[in-house]
Amino acid sequence: MREFAYRRTSRIDEALHLVARHEGARFLAGGTNLVDLMKAGVESPARLVDIRSLTLDEIGETPDGGLVLGATATNSAVAADPRVRGRYPALSQAILLGASGQLRNMATVGGNLLQRTRCAYFTDTSEPCNRRVPGSGCPAIDGAHHNHAILGWTRHCVATHPSDMAVPLIAFDAVVRYEALDGPGAIPLSEFYLPVGDRPDRETALPDGALITAVTVPAVKAAGRSRYRKVRERASYAFATVSVAAALDVRDGVVQDVRLALGGVASRPWRARLAESALRGGPLTAERISAAADVELAAAEPLRDNAYKVTLARNLIEAVVTELAADTGEESNG
Amino acid sequence: MNPDGITAAVGESRPRIEGRLKVTGAARYTADVPVAGLAHGWVVTATVSRGRIRDIDAGEALAQPGVLGVLDHRNARRLNPDAGQYFGPDRSLPLLQDEVVAYAGRPIALVVAETPEQARAAAATVRVTYDAEPHDIEFSLAHPAARPASTLFGPEADTGDLEAELAASALVVDEVYHTPEENHSAMEPHVATAWWQDGHLHALDSDQGPFGISQVMASLFLIDPERAHIRAEHVGGGFGGKTVCGPQLILAAMAAEHFGRPVRVALTRRQVFLATGSRPPTEQRVRIGADADGRFRAVHHHAAFALSPLAEYIEWCTEQARTLYAAPAIRTELTAVPLDLLPPCSMRGPGATPGSFAFESAVDEVAERLGIDPLRLRLLNQPEVGPVSGRPFSSRRLVACLQEGARRFGWAQRDPRPRVRREGDLLVGTGVAAVAFIAGVFPSSATITAETDGTFSVRIGATDIGTGARTALIAVAADALGVGVERIRMHIGDSDLGMAAGAGGSRGTTSCAFAIVETAKALREKLAGATTPVTASVDTTPLINWRPDEDRYTYSAVFAEVTVDVATGEVRVRRLLGMFAVGRVINPLLARSQLIGGMIGGLSMALHEEGVRDPVTGRLVTADFAGYHISAHADVPGIEADFVADYEPQDPSGFNGLGEIGNAGVAAAIANAVWHATGTRHRTLPISLGRVVESVAAQDRPQAVGVA
Repeated sequence: MREFAYRRTSRIDEALHLVARHEGARFLAGGTNLVDLMKAGVESPARLVDIRSLTLDEIGETPDGGLVLGATATNSAVAADPRVRGRYPALSQAILLGASGQLRNMATVGGNLLQRTRCAYFTDTSEPCNRRVPGSGCPAIDGAHHNHAILGWTRHCVATHPSDMAVPLIAFDAVVRYEALDGPGAIPLSEFYLPVGDRPDRETALPDGALITAVTVPAVKAAGRSRYRKVRERASYAFATVSVAAALDVRDGVVQDVRLALGGVASRPWRARLAESALRGGPLTAERISAAADVELAAAEPLRDNAYKVTLARNLIEAVVTELAADTGEESNG
Repeated sequence: MNPDGITAAVGESRPRIEGRLKVTGAARYTADVPVAGLAHGWVVTATVSRGRIRDIDAGEALAQPGVLGVLDHRNARRLNPDAGQYFGPDRSLPLLQDEVVAYAGRPIALVVAETPEQARAAAATVRVTYDAEPHDIEFSLAHPAARPASTLFGPEADTGDLEAELAASALVVDEVYHTPEENHSAMEPHVATAWWQDGHLHALDSDQGPFGISQVMASLFLIDPERAHIRAEHVGGGFGGKTVCGPQLILAAMAAEHFGRPVRVALTRRQVFLATGSRPPTEQRVRIGADADGRFRAVHHHAAFALSPLAEYIEWCTEQARTLYAAPAIRTELTAVPLDLLPPCSMRGPGATPGSFAFESAVDEVAERLGIDPLRLRLLNQPEVGPVSGRPFSSRRLVACLQEGARRFGWAQRDPRPRVRREGDLLVGTGVAAVAFIAGVFPSSATITAETDGTFSVRIGATDIGTGARTALIAVAADALGVGVERIRMHIGDSDLGMAAGAGGSRGTTSCAFAIVETAKALREKLAGATTPVTASVDTTPLINWRPDEDRYTYSAVFAEVTVDVATGEVRVRRLLGMFAVGRVINPLLARSQLIGGMIGGLSMALHEEGVRDPVTGRLVTADFAGYHISAHADVPGIEADFVADYEPQDPSGFNGLGEIGNAGVAAAIANAVWHATGTRHRTLPISLGRVVESVAAQDRPQAVGVA
């Protein structure tokens, strides 16, 4: 039987030492993904260090009017927080459109960011997978990839990142804060997920043994009117086929700020900076919205069976930005 | 009230008798039953689609704590290669007999240990090497290996001069439809516990018919049928996937014999997908020729399905074409395509369900192209007698289903034009489909004892897979004996109770009810003046009229309303209404519940379910519920299922089966509604957003709000 050690600690320094001292040790928070992967044999940590007793579950204010989301705050708690709902409605919506009530009650902020892809080849240990076994190959490229990436992939991996929560977070310039044995650090979420490159198994820029302690979300005026729209094959309990987080600040007929990010299209939440640039500083017209979606998706490289995602992502950017424009009362004038 | 002053139980809505046990966890399913000295087997499945096992290295597994041993083709006992079930010999049943791998997912070894955890961990260390061979899973009607399907269910139809009628038609619809591989996905995965005692095999098994399974096991292990004792008291769903003798039972029995102690084999969800039969993919060409006024002249339904060369099987998709509508010429053809896949298995209305999708979509296309209301077209072409058989119908209340359904659904107000109802980004459409589902009974036997305490012990090898069969049969027995339901002691789910139909083919309850009614009749005759206990037994085999002079079917009309998002292609069902003519209804509460469940299955098939195989390796990629989507609660709208008054004259009590008809018409009704919403016909299931988004968006780019 595959045995593993289990330790629970209420001190961050002890948690860091426990993981650093033991080969193959992992932090355990909600366990909604890690425990599943352990059952499937995808993950086989020698030691689990349970961090749910650390007091990292607070949701607090930052001096600039942003929020600090504690790493072990549950998805349910974040989604229900009145400040999150008021200042970052897309974040609350994204979380509530993910998983199930039971899972959201267990899953945490830090764990959500670190969850692994649901690519079927990754989760089946009898298949090759560069993300699971570096150098073993990627069967999805020529195989079943209906739900795989259209942006930013390489021949080494075409899997998508499954998180809903990370999509609005990246749109709002969230920053991941961590503690390591050599001190604290911070990584903007936009740099947190590494490009696929030739080592898809290296997923994040988080230093080895570091523990995510919080995610900070800066004050973003546009985020107060933000929206998350998730498209999936059924009405509930499915990962996004494509999702969009969007925020819009239009004054005097001119786009002051716009935030756009896509889920379900790449190995990481995809900040649509090209589309943002195309819209920022100009009027919000149907033509400009359409052109912005086009410019972002010009780089899309669909596989044999997922070209529909390009159409879908394009339509979704248009639909959500158009809805937001209507909501903000700033009618576009094309 | 019956002559004895007892209120009739049949026709009354009663909750299922074991409901409380189930919701409180007190009902014990197969894996819940403790057995002393139990060992646990873990299945190792093949990872190539075709080839030979070069070696199975179990060295590491055998060295692990708690491991009793590993069974594979080198040390497993021999099984009867000619054992089989309904369709004759099934060469996939004898497991662990040789090094041949005929399909991916084939069980090739069983690791047996003291605990399931030990067995599982050890199984993960078993190293199998193969000499892989090129495989072929490319299914199509035109496949070079395609051959006529078995005619075990009767000859295909060929009446009239098809080509002449087609040539004389004002309109000919000629289209091809596809349905994918689908998996039953019963909530309870397949599990069995087996042990041997004095040359007798005893097993607890999650299956849909322990008597039939006991016969297969006796044949496989070459023991007298009386020495195979199979029980299935509570079964957590089957949907056809547990009608055949499953690998869990065969392997548990082999291991129990080998290790000399009880062995339980529980499949994981993934193993259920990989190692138990699915509904095969189908490709169906339908040609319908009609006059300008909508009268059909010619109907041609040619359906192909995939199977395995190891076993015969029939996915009888052509049933609708031979009975639903009148036409001077009707031809049906059924083609089987042997591929390197595991043998398929009956699922939720086998044949009728995928066949109905193709056929009732094609009928809708006739209505579309002739500009005739699809409901009116269906009413216009109703036959007086069986269009192919020439026999009268024993009862045919399809028109009542269509008319009452149309009234409740508000069909009269429907604008026939496609793509004209829009609510923001949502296109709205409605559709209808009609269904005929063949009905009848299988031989069964029952034993009833009038006990000294005034109760009646009813013993019948029926199975309740969650449908409420046990509760229904108690009502039937109570009425047949003229007593209240509280005086019935019902014993089911055990092969020792005698030959009986399993829960399959929409015939389990009807067949067993027939046997109970006849046995009760015999008992009441014996009881007159006798002192209890008195026992009577009846086997219905000689009572069944195998060549009736009437066609016996159940019917339904299904109405659906859908929305389609023009930006995303998402199809959602808003309303679903099914009207059913299924004979006299034993228990309306349970019957309605089962039909609604079936309709949800049909919805799930229409929009979600799709087994996807890797085009390179042939292996199933969607082998879990993350990849294989079934409808979630949020996909299921308010569903209405109701009955028109009906009575089946061929049954002594007026009953017919309703186990599967709930599934059958839903996919076509939804597909027809999607056409009405979007103007685009979807001929491939499921109607997933990826299939819809490009066609729907190409026609209609969403307009920006407020654009001047």
